[in-house]
Amino acid sequence: MSGEIWAFAEERDGAVRPTSLEVLGAAQDLAGRVGAPVAAVVAGGNAARAADALAARAVARVLALEDPSLEPYTPDAHARVLREAIEAESPRAVLFSHTYRVRDFAPKLAAALASPYVPDCVALRVADGEPVFVRRVFQGKIDATVRARGARPVLATLQNGAFPADAVRDGRAPAPIERRPASVPPDAIRTRVREVFEGVKDRVDLSRAETIVAVGRGIGKKENLAIVQELADALGAEIAASRPVCDSEWLPMDRQIGSSGQTVAPRLYVAIGISGAIQHLVGMKGSSTIVAVNKDPNAPIFSVADYGIVGDLFEVVPALTALARGGAS
Amino acid sequence: MKVAVCIKHVPARDSRLRIRSDGSWVEERDLSWEINEPDLYALEEALRIRDAAGGEVVAVTAGPDRAGEALRRGLAMGADRAIHVASEAFTAGDAQVAARALADALAPEAADLVLTGVQSDDKGYAATGVMLAEMLGLPHSTLIMEVRLEDGRVRARREMESGWFEWLELPLPALLTIQSGINQVRYATLKGIMGAKKKEIRRVEPALADGSPTVVEALAFPSRDSGAEIFEGDARGAAAKLWERLRRDGKVR
Ligand SMILES: Cc1cc2nc3c(=O)[nH]c(=O)nc-3n(C[C@H](O)[C@H](O)[C@H](O)COP(=O)(O)OP(=O)(O)OC[C@H]3O[C@@H](n4cnc5c(N)ncnc54)[C@H](O)[C@@H]3O)c2cc1C
Ligand SMILES: Nc1ncnc2c1ncn2[C@@H]1O[C@H](COP(=O)(O)O)[C@@H](O)[C@H]1O
Repeated sequence: MSGEIWAFAEERDGAVRPTSLEVLGAAQDLAGRVGAPVAAVVAGGNAARAADALAARAVARVLALEDPSLEPYTPDAHARVLREAIEAESPRAVLFSHTYRVRDFAPKLAAALASPYVPDCVALRVADGEPVFVRRVFQGKIDATVRARGARPVLATLQNGAFPADAVRDGRAPAPIERRPASVPPDAIRTRVREVFEGVKDRVDLSRAETIVAVGRGIGKKENLAIVQELADALGAEIAASRPVCDSEWLPMDRQIGSSGQTVAPRLYVAIGISGAIQHLVGMKGSSTIVAVNKDPNAPIFSVADYGIVGDLFEVVPALTALARGGAS
Repeated sequence: MKVAVCIKHVPARDSRLRIRSDGSWVEERDLSWEINEPDLYALEEALRIRDAAGGEVVAVTAGPDRAGEALRRGLAMGADRAIHVASEAFTAGDAQVAARALADALAPEAADLVLTGVQSDDKGYAATGVMLAEMLGLPHSTLIMEVRLEDGRVRARREMESGWFEWLELPLPALLTIQSGINQVRYATLKGIMGAKKKEIRRVEPALADGSPTVVEALAFPSRDSGAEIFEGDARGAAAKLWERLRRDGKVR
């Protein structure tokens, strides 16, 4: 059964994570273009429920790799179970979602298999019957077209949100589920999970704010935050920030927006001196109106913004504050 | 305690990037360079571990001649010595090429702890550290926000999505990829910069037998056609046009 395109579905508490559907849709599409069957692959302590959900999709089969050692998650167990499956079945390519978990084990898996690894892709193309991958480099500023060399199975991860989840096609009849009990010897798992917990318990809830003024590293230093706070006050907005602003302790951690912070969707989101890295965008791209102020016309933030001003925030922000104050009086 | 830390020399974050005429990579002439941001946090964490537990910090980079600058900066911040795996081939090579070269350089060091950053600002694979762990046969964890050393073990706090964390325990030797924000990074002092001149940078040639498993065919700036409506003019003029639009949209009063 070699030559399949595999879609790795990440399982959480029995369910398939929504980003895994993006991967499955992309795998179906790629498989159609290179003329290969698709298999969905899930790994977990008990993957039965996730496997059933996957079997309803248009796939040739579902591989359920099951072993108690896969719970709780460790990179040792995941890489080992997948390595054995890939070595036994020789798929042509394995697609993953670029989640925190996949980033933790997929590079290990690629190194163990000596497989090409193409992480964080935003598009998949086909040329001469071969997959061609597009990934962002330089913090989202440039696209790189990448090809894999050699005959080993290619491992690629897909950026969250870059492929539509609703493109997944359902099957006419449930696909066969092949349950593969794995056997990971206990000493193969070197990491012990001691505790899982939520960082800040009573953090400010920015998800209710109607207007958010978010500030990035472009502000330069903590003392300069005052001009952004003034704009926020004049707009009756909450102030928020990109990660580096919180890392530098210019604003508290609980005001961070993005994949490791809060997810918000206000009526108006004003991004000031924020470049628009994907980890920031996932936390705010659902906002109904996005305004960006940035001196770099190529900043990726402008690709999600509705309105933009290319200019120096130290001139633009006070001008906006004056307008906001004028409007209120 | 011997701590090895991998630091990468990358174009400064606000560089004006130009793509080479053959599309193969960016034009490297007239760029300014810096240490990859998460790697600074990794280096700072290594220095703190050494300062508390004794031992040494070895900084390692894989890159062309210019990358030696990253090592000099690392030594000025307080690393004890450095290894430069020197080759032009790293520009075109992927994470596996870098990890293989770093593994060959680090295997004889037998460090107790190897630290890398989570991700490079230029290539952004988020993979080199994890691949290096596999090649060195070390247990690893990623996105680490706190490190505590105990007898023969390390406890690490790993960042997960949406503000969640987990505490993990790994036997030493181990590899951790360090996430930005784990600490506040020190500046190199004048004394540090002077002292660094006497420290060793050992230069090694990588084997690079296999070539890169992936190749970049072309770079291009993404099209921004679905992008924002940009308001032109001087700051006050542009702000006024934006404001008028937001009022019309009912977004501000
Ligand atoms: C696993 C992981 C999780 C992450 N989680 C998050 C997260 O939750 N949230 C988050 O935000 N980031 C997160 N990051 C970091 C993210 O990758 C980026 O590094 C970060 O978002 C960049 O922040 P920034 O845009 O403020 O800074 P930079 O990228 O440095 O951008 C600064 C911007 O300011 C502009 N600028 C500078 N001066 C001026 C001026 N005078 N006037 C106008 N514009 C100016 C510049 O042109 C530039 O575009 C995460 C990264 C990783 C690897
Ligand atoms: N050429 C290199 N030299 C030294 N360290 C590197 C190199 N490439 C990657 N790294 C390390 O691996 C981390 C992840 O890089 P990457 O896999 O490119 O995102 C970086 O933060 C560095 O710590």
